[in-house]
This record gives sequence, structure tokens and C-alpha cells, in this order.
Amino acid sequence: MSSQEQRLNVVPTVTVLAVVKARLVGATRGHALLKKKSDALTVQFRQILKKIVSTKESMGEIMKASSFALTEAKYVAGENIKHSILENVQTASLKVRSRQENVAGVKLPKFEYFTEGETKNDLTGLARGGQQVQACRVAYVKAIEVLVELASLQTSFLTLDEAIKTTNRRVNALENVVKPKLENTITYIKGELDELEREDFFRLKKIQGYKKREIERQLAEAKVFAEEKFAEKVSLQKGISLNSAHNLLSAASGKDEDIIF
Amino acid sequence: MANKTQIRTSNSALIAMIADEDTVVGFLLAGVGNVDLRRKTNYLIVDSKTTVKQIEDAFKEFTTREDIAIVMISQYVANMIRFLVDSYNKPVPAILEIPSKDHPYDPAQDSILSRVKHLFSAESVASGRR
Repeated sequence: MSSQEQRLNVVPTVTVLAVVKARLVGATRGHALLKKKSDALTVQFRQILKKIVSTKESMGEIMKASSFALTEAKYVAGENIKHSILENVQTASLKVRSRQENVAGVKLPKFEYFTEGETKNDLTGLARGGQQVQACRVAYVKAIEVLVELASLQTSFLTLDEAIKTTNRRVNALENVVKPKLENTITYIKGELDELEREDFFRLKKIQGYKKREIERQLAEAKVFAEEKFAEKVSLQKGISLNSAHNLLSAASGKDEDIIF
Repeated sequence: MANKTQIRTSNSALIAMIADEDTVVGFLLAGVGNVDLRRKTNYLIVDSKTTVKQIEDAFKEFTTREDIAIVMISQYVANMIRFLVDSYNKPVPAILEIPSKDHPYDPAQDSILSRVKHLFSAESVASGRR
């Protein structure tokens, strides 16, 4: 039977009942709290989903614009500009910083970009098309801005996804496994206790009935005894023993040696 | 578990790139390029001569490096190593699929966006049921 399996293996006593009841209260409260957490996370999750979709779509536009700016720069400054850019790479001046944001106990990373030190490409394209090169640089920095935002959204998305899954698993476990188990245990203990009580009551009833019968029996005996006593007294007063009278009669009914016929 | 990974609050992290030459040049111009002491770069230029193995190695290296927070990868390059990109599920570093100049961006191929779309439809169904 499934209900038999779905309960804790405990001794049915009042103390254990109190303990299990306390645990049920705790489980209910935990379930409510986790449910709230799950709801809060889901709200956040939906917001992030919407933002991701819109940012992904805007990313296409921005990348197109920056590619176009690069083409312009190449046209003005010549194809060789890329070699000078590739050669100029030393340390990154544009970096990413990450910090944490707390949503209902889940830590979400947020990235933000920042520039550090001066760019090495300030003098790139000084001979030709410097303005276009700088415009291209600005376009790409803007693209980075969007991409970094998208990255933090995406990371939050993954983290939240995992957190929501875990929370929902816990909520379901509490709701479908722990709570029924505790409830079953409580009903089991209550049933056992009731059974014990009935047994006790029945036993008391039995004992009571036995005592009553005993008293009645004794009373009856006493009455009989008193009657006998009384009869003996009366016969003594008449000068004849009741016993001997009885004996006479019985002797008369018995066979007498002296009587021939 | 993926959410158990520590999110570092480092002061600075790099942006890595696996893309075609033009895209890489553009971002280098913006100043994301970095070359360390061992002459290792944080970007990989993919051209016709680049093998899939090289891309795979670069991807694995960038995703395991401590100082990289974001990996940008051109979508057509990502398609070459789709199985790696799809099986990657850590939050940090974040994988971003970006459009490249010669290949128009297709949102349907993006691993994250497809999941987003999937969840969106599932969520709307779920919320409609509620």
C-alpha cells in the first residue's frame, strides 16, 4: 500500500506526534517561502527575457553600423590600416568589470566596461583618414557597450534559469513528498493512539464488569449464609438440630438393618 | 552544478574574440586586444586557412581562462563548433554570438536565443494555463 510506504518510520507516541507536527509546520512555512522566492525569480526572469530579445535585435543594427564605419575607415585610410592596428595590440585598454546583484538570494553577475589607460590607436591613421578611424573606433566602443550589456543579461539568464529550476524542484519536493509523508505520519500516529485509548477503555470496562459480578456473588453468598444461620438458630430453639432432623429423615429413607420388611 | 560556480568580482577582465579579420580589427581599434607576456592573444582571427581544430582549441582556452569575462564569437564560426557552444553552460565567461560582415545574423541559430524563444513560448503557454 502506497500510504503505508509514504510515512516516516516512527514510534506512535504523543511526543513523536508533537515533533512531527512541528516539522509539518516548518515544511509548510518553507514551502510558502520557497514559492515566494520562485515567483520573485520568475518575475525577474521574464524581464530579462524581454530585454535579451530586444537587445539581441538591436545588436544586429549596431554591428552593421560599426562594420560600415570600418569599411569607411578602410576606404579612406587604405587596406593597410588593419596591419598597423594588429601590430599595435599590447594591453587591453577597454576592459570589463563584474559585480554582483542580489535577487532573492541569487547572485547575478553584472558586467560593465571601462577604459583603462590611453588607447594605443590614437595616432592610427594620422596620415590619412584619421577622423574616419576615430569614428570607427567610437562605433565599435558603442557596439561593445551593447554587447557587454547583452553578456550580463545572458549570464543572468543562465544563472536565473538554473536557480529557478532548483527552487521549483525544492518546492515540488516539499509539496509532493515531504508534506504528504508528514501528514500520513500524523494520521498514522493519531490512529494508533486512538486504538490504544480504545483498548484501555475496553480493558477498564472489563475490569469493572468483573468487579461487579464478584460483588454480586459475594452478596448472594452472604445472604445464603445468613439464611442458614437463621434457620440453625430457630431449630436450636426448638430443641432439635436441623441437621439431625435432616439426618433422621435421610436415615429413614435409607436402608435400616433392624427393619425386616 | 552550474550555479555553484563562484562569480568572481575581479576588478578587470578581458573580452575575448573569435571572429573574422574585419570584426577583430574593429574591436581591436576600440581597444579590447590584449597580448600577454607569452605573446598569447585574447583573440583569434578566423580566415579560410583556419582549421576547426584551431577554433575549438581557442574556444576551450578562452572559456577556461580566468581573466576572460566575455567571449564573442562570430555566428558562422560558432556554427562550425556548434556542438561545443551548445554544450557550454557556465554563466562566466558569457558566450556572445555576434553577426559578422559577410554573414547576416540569424537569430534562429543562436543557442541562447533559441532557448529564450523556447522558454518564451513555454512561459506564455504556462501563464495562459494558470
